[in-house]
Order: sequence, then C-alpha cells, then structure tokens
Amino acid sequence: MLKKRASASRRAYITLMRTLMLAAAVLTCALVLGMMGYILGNGLPNITWEMLSTAPSYLANRIGILPDILSTLYIVFATLLIVLPLGVGAAIYLNEYAANKKLVSVIEYASETLSGIPSIIYGLVGMLIFCKSGTSLLAGALTLTIMNLPTVMRTAQESLKTVPQSYREGAFALGAGKWRTIRTVVLPSCVDGVITGCILSIGRILGESAALLFTAGSAHMLYGFFEGMQNAGATLTVALYFYAKESSDTGVVFAIAAILMLLTMLINFAADLAGRYFRRKQE
Amino acid sequence: MAQKKKWFEIAVHGVFLILGLITVGCVLLITVYLVISGIPAIRQIGLIPFLTGKVWASTAAEPQYGILPFILTSVYGTAGAIVLGVPVGFLTAVYLAKAAPKKVRTVLESAVSLLAGIPSVVCGLVGMLVLVPAIRKTFRLPDGASLLAAIIVLAVMILPSIIKVSVTALEAVPREYEDASLALGATPVETYFRVSVPAAKSGIAAAVVLGVGRAIGEAMAVMMVSGNVPNMPGSIFESVRFLTTAVASEMSYSSGLQRQALFSIALVLYLFILLINAALNFFLKRDKEGS
Repeated sequence: MLKKRASASRRAYITLMRTLMLAAAVLTCALVLGMMGYILGNGLPNITWEMLSTAPSYLANRIGILPDILSTLYIVFATLLIVLPLGVGAAIYLNEYAANKKLVSVIEYASETLSGIPSIIYGLVGMLIFCKSGTSLLAGALTLTIMNLPTVMRTAQESLKTVPQSYREGAFALGAGKWRTIRTVVLPSCVDGVITGCILSIGRILGESAALLFTAGSAHMLYGFFEGMQNAGATLTVALYFYAKESSDTGVVFAIAAILMLLTMLINFAADLAGRYFRRKQE
Repeated sequence: MAQKKKWFEIAVHGVFLILGLITVGCVLLITVYLVISGIPAIRQIGLIPFLTGKVWASTAAEPQYGILPFILTSVYGTAGAIVLGVPVGFLTAVYLAKAAPKKVRTVLESAVSLLAGIPSVVCGLVGMLVLVPAIRKTFRLPDGASLLAAIIVLAVMILPSIIKVSVTALEAVPREYEDASLALGATPVETYFRVSVPAAKSGIAAAVVLGVGRAIGEAMAVMMVSGNVPNMPGSIFESVRFLTTAVASEMSYSSGLQRQALFSIALVLYLFILLINAALNFFLKRDKEGS
C-alpha cells in the first residue's frame, strides 16, 4: 500500500538512507574484522614459547617478552590494589554519606573531568609527581590509579544504587550503626560493580601506553614483584611501541600485537559475561 | 560506650569524606602541577610568540619555540577525523539503535566494544604498516606518514565513542514519539531520521564533542603515523606534529627551557581539554533535561 502511495522522492530518500546506514554498519564491522584478521594472521604464527619464556638478550640475539608480560601483570595488580579501595570508598561516600548536593555535583564533575583527560597528560603529571627518583613500575601504577579512579567509582556507585533502601533500614532497625550497616549490608551487595570496574580497568591498563612511557619506563629486566615495583619496566604496549619504532624485526612486534588483541577480546568477553550474569541476578 | 561509638562513627564518616574528595584532589593536583610547570617557559618566551610562532626549533643553536604548527595540526587533524568519523559513526548508531535485527545488533555491538578496546599502539601499528605505505603508493609521495594518515587513524579510533554515546541517546527517545510518527504514515526509516534523531540531538552532539576530546588527546597512534616533523600543516600530505606528540617525542631527552616549553604545550592541551569537557557537560545535561 505504501509502495503505491509514496512519492518517488520519498522512496528515493528512504532507499538512500537505508543504504547509507547499512554501508556505515558494514564499514564499521569490516574495519574491526580487517584489523583483527591482519594482526592475528601476522602475529599468531610468530608467537613462540622461547619468546614468551625468556628475557631479551643481545648475546643470543633474541627478543623475549617475558619481562614485559610480568611488568604488565605487576602493574595491573598494583593499580587494582590501590584503586579499588579508593574508588569504592569514594562511591560509598557519594551514595551513603553525602548530604550536600553541591558537594556531590562538584565530585561528579571532577570525576568526569578526570575521565576526559588524555593519557599523555597523565603521563606527564605522573612523571612530575611520582618520578622524583626516576621511573618505576610503582610510579606507573600510581599514575594509572588516578586514571582509573572515575571508572571504578562509577561502576561501584551504580551497583550501590541498586541496593534496596529497605536493607539499610532493616539493619538500622536491628540497632546497627551506620558503619556496621555499610560493612555488613551495603558492601557485600556491590560486589557486582567492583568486578565490572575491575574488568574495565584491566582493559584500560592493558591498552595504556602514553601514560606509562615517562612513568614506568622502558626496561626489559626480569624481577620479582616487590623488586619489580621499584624498578623501571616496559609493559606490553610500551614494548610494542619501542620495537615497532626501533627494531627491524616485525615478527616480535606482530606477536605482541596479537597477544594484546587476544587479551582485548578476552576482556570484552569477560565484561559481556559479567554484565549479563549480574543483570540476570538482579531480575 | 555510646560516646565512644559516636566518635567512631564520626571518624568513619571523615575517612569516607576524604575518599569522596579524592577525585577533586586529583583534578586540583593535576591542574596545579601543569600550571606551575607550564608558566615559566611561557613567561620567558612570551605568550604571543609562544602561541603564534611558526617555527619550532628546540634543539637549534638559537632555539625557537613557536607552537602554532602543533595547535593547527591538532585542530586540523581533529576536524578531519570528525568529518570522516562522525557520519560513519552516526549512521552506524542509528542502524544499531533502531533498524538492526537482534542478532545483527549483538554482533555489531561486540564489534564496536572490541574496537574501543584495541590499544592505541596497535591502531598505530596497523596504520604504520598498512595505511602509510598505501598512501605513499596511491599519491606517489616520498613518505606516506602524513596528516592524512593521522586523520584516518583518528577517525577509526573515535568511532566507538561516537557510536556508543549516540546509541544511548537514540534509545532514550520515548517510544510514543516514534509510534505517533508511524501512525501518521511515515515509514520506519523516515521516523528514525526525522523524529528519533532530532529528539536525540543533544546526545548526538555530546557524542561528537566526546569524539573531539578523544581525537585531540590521542598521542601514541598519531605519533606512529604522522611523520612527527614540526611543519606548519600546509597540505594533508605533509608530515606533521600534534600537540600530544610534541610533548611525547621530545620529553625523554629534553632539558632546561626546552623541557619547560614542553610542559607549556601540555598546559595548552589541558586548556583545550577543559573547554571540551565543559561543552560535553553542557550537552549531556541538556540531553538529560530534554528526555
């Protein structure tokens, strides 16, 4: 019926818009698939056990990325260790204590500002504040803490909001003080948000490079955790950047890129799974 | 006993207050550090020569510190990325939010989140190894590392932000608006573009502003594809240097006034970002009030 009545120009408009929409969606998909295929196709064959399990050595003329993998793990762990209590604490203040609306909006504006600051500026300020005595993984982790604070705070706050008011009232009615209520009733219910925040932060830390370049440095040495935190070390992304710039060996570059790609996919999958699981639990 | 408990509660409240204020503290800390370390070089060079000088020769015998090339490159590069990225992102968002069948939607959504998660050095690497040689061959240039390459990489990198924020805005459009339009005889496609999109325009504007922020702040990927030569951007085929890459590329070996000038560049970049954040907030707030 519509086909008969619609004028030619209307039909042309509809066809044009539908084609453009489809073309844009196909282009977006093609970009992602193309990049993924290119990186994985070139990188996966280059990943060898020797590369994954050794440190780079000029003598043996090989590039091993074990130190970079360890640095990445250390930084992820240290950052989460610091950012989780801070972020969850801030969320608890906003959701449970804050009575002053103006203060809340100031805090939220500050958090939005933080999430808009580019990572190169974090790197620079992190260098000024935390690197008085040279670069170290700890300085990198502290810089990334500031960077991931808004993410953890927001996800924790969102899950605190879903805790029913009646739970808190019940605890108060039983004679619990405010802190006891938070510790025993509110906090256990915001585990969802904390896990989601963790996953998002890990993804961000894995992909971060500009903020770590001047704070965590670019060494490739094998250390244990505590020793490593005090020394400079390149994460996988930083190592990728330097090898891509300096080394003629594209094999190792592609291999690192493929590992990062696989990790990104894993993180996305985990985030998706967690989101779906928590939504179902709420219903 | 009761007294003791009261004091304990006040102490806990205090601890959480401090934790709550930590983001404000971080913003102040960053601002103060950037201002303190950025001002000296500007005072020494002079604000006008610093911002409008066309030559950056920090390591020359008579060093010159003019950052106009960087500012213009950042502005042009961002504008180019927006021109390329926004139409694609916007149309994808409309398709995703309104027209896509459920299965296609799931696939497309995970593709977009994957794109958002790809580390910027990996984007830079693909640009360096695929895009730059392609540009060199297509346009017969001596070197393909150029403003054009940076624009294309940036356009791809801002796509996920634009798509995600636009989809959220489009999904918040009240169902009744669309139903009314359909009932009046408009086809679905006409409804999406003439009813849903105008109703979500503040949110879509916010998406564009967010894209601007992402593009102007990106450092590593553009460093790998833009050639990193402090030219005034004359054509899109020239090697250029952005505000972000100017800081990143010289920081490791800089000293004295050169180092201070790099902090001043970061301060200029920070001011740009604060402006963009204010604009973003304005649009997001209007979007919330509108719906």
